[in-house]
Amino acid sequence: MADIALPSVEAKSSRSEVIAFVLMVGFFIVAPAFIYPVFLMKALCFALFACAFNLLIGYGGLLSFGHALYFGWASYLTAHSAKVWGFPPELAILTGAATAALFGLVAGSLAIRRQGIYFAMITLALAQMMFFFALQAKFTGGEDGIQAVPRGYLFGLVNLNDQTNMYITTLVIFLAGFLLIYRIINSPFGEVLKAIRENEARAISLGYKTERYKLMAFVLSATLAGVAGGTKAIVLQIASLTDVNWPMSGEVVLMALVGGLGTVFGPVVGAFVIIAMQNYLAQVGQWVTVIQGVVFVVCVLLFRRGIIGELANLLRIRL
Amino acid sequence: MFEIFGIPSQALFGQLLLGLINGSFYALLSLGLAVIFGMLNIINFSHGAQYMMGAFVAFFLLHYFGLNYWVALVIAPIVVGAFGVLIERLFLQWLYKLDHLYGLLLTFGIALIVEGLFRNQFGSSGQPYQMPEQLTGGQNLGFMFLPNYRAWVIVLSLTVCLGTWFIIERTRLGAYLRAATENPTLVRAFGVNVSRMITLTYGFGVGLAALAGVMAAPIYNVSPQMGAELIIVVFAVVVIGGMGSIMGAIVTGFGLGVIEGLTKVFFPEASNTVIFVIMAIVLLVRPAGLFGRRA
Repeated sequence: MADIALPSVEAKSSRSEVIAFVLMVGFFIVAPAFIYPVFLMKALCFALFACAFNLLIGYGGLLSFGHALYFGWASYLTAHSAKVWGFPPELAILTGAATAALFGLVAGSLAIRRQGIYFAMITLALAQMMFFFALQAKFTGGEDGIQAVPRGYLFGLVNLNDQTNMYITTLVIFLAGFLLIYRIINSPFGEVLKAIRENEARAISLGYKTERYKLMAFVLSATLAGVAGGTKAIVLQIASLTDVNWPMSGEVVLMALVGGLGTVFGPVVGAFVIIAMQNYLAQVGQWVTVIQGVVFVVCVLLFRRGIIGELANLLRIRL
Repeated sequence: MFEIFGIPSQALFGQLLLGLINGSFYALLSLGLAVIFGMLNIINFSHGAQYMMGAFVAFFLLHYFGLNYWVALVIAPIVVGAFGVLIERLFLQWLYKLDHLYGLLLTFGIALIVEGLFRNQFGSSGQPYQMPEQLTGGQNLGFMFLPNYRAWVIVLSLTVCLGTWFIIERTRLGAYLRAATENPTLVRAFGVNVSRMITLTYGFGVGLAALAGVMAAPIYNVSPQMGAELIIVVFAVVVIGGMGSIMGAIVTGFGLGVIEGLTKVFFPEASNTVIFVIMAIVLLVRPAGLFGRRA
């Protein structure tokens, strides 16, 4: 896994990351003044989803091609628990995240039994299996999905039907997830993960039980993808088959790739670029798929570091 | 008419036949994937799209040039194979030194482009493709009715699969291929043009997918999405069989098709998912796959 195009500079200080983080938070605070808030909230959910995915590929070297499973099923369970069971939003999102964690544990322990390219195929196949379950299960509403999910009152106090409250809540969830991922990749656990990515045999010979680390990374990634999916269900008030189908798994790969695999800020930028592209190109309908395909090809051939990866490389800083 | 396990023989053998048909396609497609992976070290995600292109080329040949099924059976694999050669020369050849995952991502992108373009042009609904008249009708075997075309699909698929196995495992050309898979540098040193061999191997694998597409056209409709979900099932087949063995890919393909057909009889709700469930079980019991070697 050594030849994944990662930023080549190993800066000692992470001052650049602090500055970038402050800039990012600043942007999200002023952005609602001039960008449609629902778009921003949707993009924030996908940004967290892409960050969660990136934790696995960028730091563990594991390409999951089935992350729609965790995103989509968390979205369903959040929507169902909020609408049918009457859960408050925080509990509904937790329900979704717990579902994703459980699925992540099962799918992860199967997928880590094979390496490399097989890993991607297994995660994709398992996600497709769960797509069929979602299609057949009664509570998911089949083709209609779960619509009109109530946003409710956060902790019974804050009315999320108010757009500003919803925005702040989404932003806080995103930042919490983002910082948690940052903490994970800079922890001793994260260092072992990177060692496994670089040379698994060596990590094993050093006495690390690499399977446990890989499984842990998988479950963490799935859970955070679940938080993203659950939040999305509350924000957009809908959970549907789109969230759980294979093109969604491809989309999150694209987001991380465009922004930069293995960079901290790349997936956020990538998610905004892709969501903006979908919004902007909504009129041209089916062409979105074609354009996404072109972006994949261009990124893989010419632009493997992604936007943030190239930037970091150019400025010789860590981002 | 008689019954087996309370199921009328017509239904049981009918589904078994459908299973064999699906299995023919699984075998052809997973064989192509295995051949390509062996030489290029790339998982060809656009295999489903190329299968769909094969079906569409047959459709075009019939509707715009009046060329029938038998001509399409030869021309479609060549046309789509040439498209594959183009893809390999333009894009894939730059990726061999990189991590596997880039090949997967690039071919995924190509699949999105191809399927998106066809969907823009032809919509999502399928176009019917006429069965060749020589193969309409069928035989009454007493315990079931066997449509001629379906029998033909199974026979042709088996022939092509075994032919491919024979070429790779038993001929001089195949020996070169296997040697180049093991050690391309050494084979190059013997004066064999390995890069051309790689290009042609990709073209051949893609041609197999297109051939499967032509064979599928009269059974399923010709539609832009026909390959998208099929390829995911074929991935599961490949995980179960392991890509190390050509014969393994063939046996696993047919076997899983039959199991899927039987599931349709006894437990129809699970027929979509049974292959994935089997994959999970195989991963638990034999992580390297049925025919795979531990890496």
